[in-house]
Amino acid sequence: MTDLKRPVLEVRNLSVTLPAGADRVNAVEKVSFTVNPGEIVCLVGESGSGKSVIAFTIMGLLAKALKPSSGEILLEGENILAANESRLRELRCTRMSMIFQEPMTALNPVMTCGLQIDEVLATHTQLDAAQRKAKIIAILERVKLPEPERIYASYPHQLSGGQRQRIMIAMALVLDPVLLIADEPTTALDVTTQAEILKLIAELQEGQGTGVLFITHDFGVVAEIAHRVAVLRWGELVEMGPTEKILSRPEHGYTKMLISSVPSIHPVHRGVRKDGPTVLRTEKLGKTYSASAFFQKTRVVKAAVDVDLDIRKGETLGIVGESGSGKSTVARCIARLIDPTGGKIFLGDTEIATMPAGKLRPHRRRVQIVFQDPYRSMNPRITVGDSIIEGPMNFGLKRDEALARARKLMETVRLDPNSLDRYPHQFSGGQRHRICIARALAMEPELLIADEAVSALDVSVQKQVLELLDEIRVRLNLAVLFITHDLRVAAQICDYVAVMSKGHVVEYGSAEQVFGAPKDDYTKALFAAAPGRNWEFGKFAAA
Amino acid sequence: MSAITEEVVDSASIAAASTKRKSLWALAVRNTAVIFGGSILLIMLVIAILAPFLGTVDPTRIDPAARNKPPGTEITFRLDDGQTAKRVVLMGTDSLGRDVYSRVLYGTRVSLVIGVAVALASIAIGLVIGLVSGYVRWADGIIMRIMDGLMAIPGILLAIALVSIWRAGLITVIFAIVVPDVPRVVRLVRSVVLTVREEPYVEGAISVGTPTWTLMFRHILPNTVAPLIVQGTFIAAAAIIAEAILSFLGIGIPPEIPSWGNIMAEGRTLFRVFPHNIFFPGIFLALTVLAINIMGDGLRDTLDPKMSKKV
Amino acid sequence: MLDFIARRLIAIIPVLTVVAVFVFLMLRLTPGDPAAVIAGDNATSDQIADIRTKLGLDEPIWTQFVIWIGNILQGNFGESFFFKKTVAELIAQRVEPTLALAVCTLVIAVTVAVPMGILAAYRHGSLIDRFVMAFSVLGFSVPVFVIGYCLIYVFAIELGWLPVQGYVRIGVNFWGFLERMVLPSVTLAVIFVALIARMTRASVLEVLNEDYIRTARAKGLSNRVVLMRHALRNAAVPILTVIGLGIAGLIGGAVVTESVYGLPGLGRLTVEAVLSRDFPTIQTVILLFSVVYVVINLLIDISYTLFDPRIRY
Repeated sequence: MTDLKRPVLEVRNLSVTLPAGADRVNAVEKVSFTVNPGEIVCLVGESGSGKSVIAFTIMGLLAKALKPSSGEILLEGENILAANESRLRELRCTRMSMIFQEPMTALNPVMTCGLQIDEVLATHTQLDAAQRKAKIIAILERVKLPEPERIYASYPHQLSGGQRQRIMIAMALVLDPVLLIADEPTTALDVTTQAEILKLIAELQEGQGTGVLFITHDFGVVAEIAHRVAVLRWGELVEMGPTEKILSRPEHGYTKMLISSVPSIHPVHRGVRKDGPTVLRTEKLGKTYSASAFFQKTRVVKAAVDVDLDIRKGETLGIVGESGSGKSTVARCIARLIDPTGGKIFLGDTEIATMPAGKLRPHRRRVQIVFQDPYRSMNPRITVGDSIIEGPMNFGLKRDEALARARKLMETVRLDPNSLDRYPHQFSGGQRHRICIARALAMEPELLIADEAVSALDVSVQKQVLELLDEIRVRLNLAVLFITHDLRVAAQICDYVAVMSKGHVVEYGSAEQVFGAPKDDYTKALFAAAPGRNWEFGKFAAA
Repeated sequence: MSAITEEVVDSASIAAASTKRKSLWALAVRNTAVIFGGSILLIMLVIAILAPFLGTVDPTRIDPAARNKPPGTEITFRLDDGQTAKRVVLMGTDSLGRDVYSRVLYGTRVSLVIGVAVALASIAIGLVIGLVSGYVRWADGIIMRIMDGLMAIPGILLAIALVSIWRAGLITVIFAIVVPDVPRVVRLVRSVVLTVREEPYVEGAISVGTPTWTLMFRHILPNTVAPLIVQGTFIAAAAIIAEAILSFLGIGIPPEIPSWGNIMAEGRTLFRVFPHNIFFPGIFLALTVLAINIMGDGLRDTLDPKMSKKV
Repeated sequence: MLDFIARRLIAIIPVLTVVAVFVFLMLRLTPGDPAAVIAGDNATSDQIADIRTKLGLDEPIWTQFVIWIGNILQGNFGESFFFKKTVAELIAQRVEPTLALAVCTLVIAVTVAVPMGILAAYRHGSLIDRFVMAFSVLGFSVPVFVIGYCLIYVFAIELGWLPVQGYVRIGVNFWGFLERMVLPSVTLAVIFVALIARMTRASVLEVLNEDYIRTARAKGLSNRVVLMRHALRNAAVPILTVIGLGIAGLIGGAVVTESVYGLPGLGRLTVEAVLSRDFPTIQTVILLFSVVYVVINLLIDISYTLFDPRIRY
């Protein structure tokens, strides 16, 4: 009884020091928690919370610049923080294993998957080649990979992202470790793949009684998989408790703020459709990429096929889809950053799909786009003020007039107008997003495209930017095209939603209609896969 | 509440980031390798400028009476007004009786001029062609095929071929060394242009209607500056060696001009007896090139860290 | 695989065409009558007229190019009026020392440089690492002939261990050949070692930062296994690339080294030809070296597939 109760992992008072000159002294400060056998503990936090540092410290894989300065890490009672390198090597993959965020790069590209798992067995066991092979095939079957023999002989690049993550899981679990550390293992995956991987991890861990330390930033995933949750902020453990308690009755203000920032998956009621004029209409819009080379079949990729959309003034249309669905292609065609290969785009009454570059310039003003990566969206060499006024000045505005407009817009996006002479690197990610929005608005566009514009942001910042976007839409009566892979975000901001898959729009309707009663099978599967869909975040019970 | 959280993060990240970016050039100037290489180079520059005042005589002056003297010998020579004077030849004399010390010091001028001229010319030509190639789709194919072809001819061989066509002289040697370097610059510029073109901020500039020329000069061209400065130092170093090789082989600049390669070429025949004719210019040559290369490494590490991962 | 090779072969056609056009135009860019230039300084007007008709110099330039390239494809590289031989014969006579020098240099350079680079990367930041980096900067900076004369001075003149200059054919006296190959190969290898060691170090360092190296360590593999099994093979492609590109430097260096050590190879032939303005020989040597360079790099391209299963073009 006592033996069963002993935690597989006990972290006591762990501190990890950052190198001198960092924005704080400790990456992790006096963190204590336990993981029991058969339990999934989620470490949740925004970027910079130190959650990954804890994971790497446990495995002994910390970058040289970071140093654990105090505390103990007990793995089945053994203090591995004090263990030497060779003891740690013995423990890795036998008692504790880790899977990583990027399945695309975590496997050696020049070794077959089978051999990479074989290495684990050859290093840690006395099994002969045939026994090892049998064990590998068995574990490949357990992680539900089709045709294990073929997968065994495949190189990583021949497999999909989800399959690679399964290989990683197989590798981690082949020797039945007592502890599995999963560092954002599904963040790089599409939502449907994510659901499968989460299910797989839960199944395997339950079967073997493995303790899991699961690192994530996504409360949907937490709701889906965790038994207990630990919330981190700036290296400190803010609050820890059973999942149900943390999600519904959080005590700490930060936890409350974090959870209530998670957008609801149920769309808000937007009222009846307004009778505004149509700003954008596409007719059978298509984009085909073809690459041809000597001695090779011409490869044709249909990125977008027969896309019909329309947006009215003051409305937000969301395009939702997984990676490769063609949603960004459509956005970039409409902004004419790439040339469509078929169909028509009507901006008001002007057809711009086939318009030559020279004639197009006056119409560029009317469509503006905000990109995903706020760090690369602004020229690092010029001040944000110059970035904002560049467009208006291209269209003939005088410098001081443009600057006056820029100052106003900085207020609109709630930034200090006096910071116009600063450079982009002096702003945070969220602030840069606001500046990008200001730059787009400076053109007084009719249509604003947001291409995964909040996907790179932490949930609390994301909430602010979303609110800002919606406020601007209402105030300026703007048409917004919102591209996202995140169903929750779409539910909160869109009046209308188009679901795309493999280049086609598979479902198109009002947000309430699409989210409330999806008709298409793909849409249904997509919604079913959304993590934490049964949980209404932020509706806290009275404490 | 949430706004406060972001503010706190912001002030910290602003402080951290601003020290990081603005001081890039200051950082380069403070880099030990840059200081070390730059200092040696500065000394060489001073030597080149002040060559006439550093106890030298006319480096082309032939004196049959003072042939093949080892370093440190005191020789008597006749001045233009008929008087005689004694002087110690620090680095000896060559087989025509010319003072090697004076020739080596004056040789600094030739090498530095060649290094700077080749670097500037190949960057100027390469930049123009590279921009066209990166920007004009139809020209790209043709230009890159020609550049691939030029790069298929080993550099020194191409330079040798070119000097064999033209009559040997300083300008032709410079041009012969420039031609093989141009394709490398073109490739560099083109790759920067093609990469930067894909950056969201360039697409952002396109969508606010920025004309092509502004786009190029304001948003794309500045990105080529750092890699070109780094590349330029390496080109200069290689050019100085290339000139020495051509002159050493007897197909470079005319032998009476005191360049390090020429001094060494002259010293070849009597190397076994009088090695000083090769060693002294050799040391100057190696030191100068070393200084430029060390400086280039330092510049690359600070200005262009992405490139330092490659060679 | 086969169509990959075929595609690569086709890809070198435009490259070689540009080289051929350049080499062909070389003569036309020379001031003066090409026929007189080819014939050399002592030629009679009859000889010049003879060459004129042979090369079809009165034809339009396009036809001349076709005639010229046709001759070359048939193995007819023209005649050297200076050496009084066909260029083909001349090259056949001179190819052995150059080939021997190149092979010895490559063997020395790769066996020294690759372990050096790996060690430097593995002990990143250590004394060994700094030594390797310092050596490589120095190797780039000292010209081949200065290194050559330093080695001659120490090992041949002062110590008297090795002969100063000259060449003995490999078939005539193997030890004599080897004795005379040591200094030239070491001389030429220095810059090559610098280049390859630096690239190996950079490449291994980059690979050691990859996610899959972290995975390998998370599997409990020892550092040695991680380095040898996971890092090296992934680092191989850039190393091979730099070896291939380095061949250009090797060819240039061979020209100088042969002159320093008095090896009667193609490099010396090039210099002699330039000094005597023997254009058929210069043209052929340049063409030959360029083809060799391109073909070696083609072979290296193809060899990538052995190291990296993703490369299948």
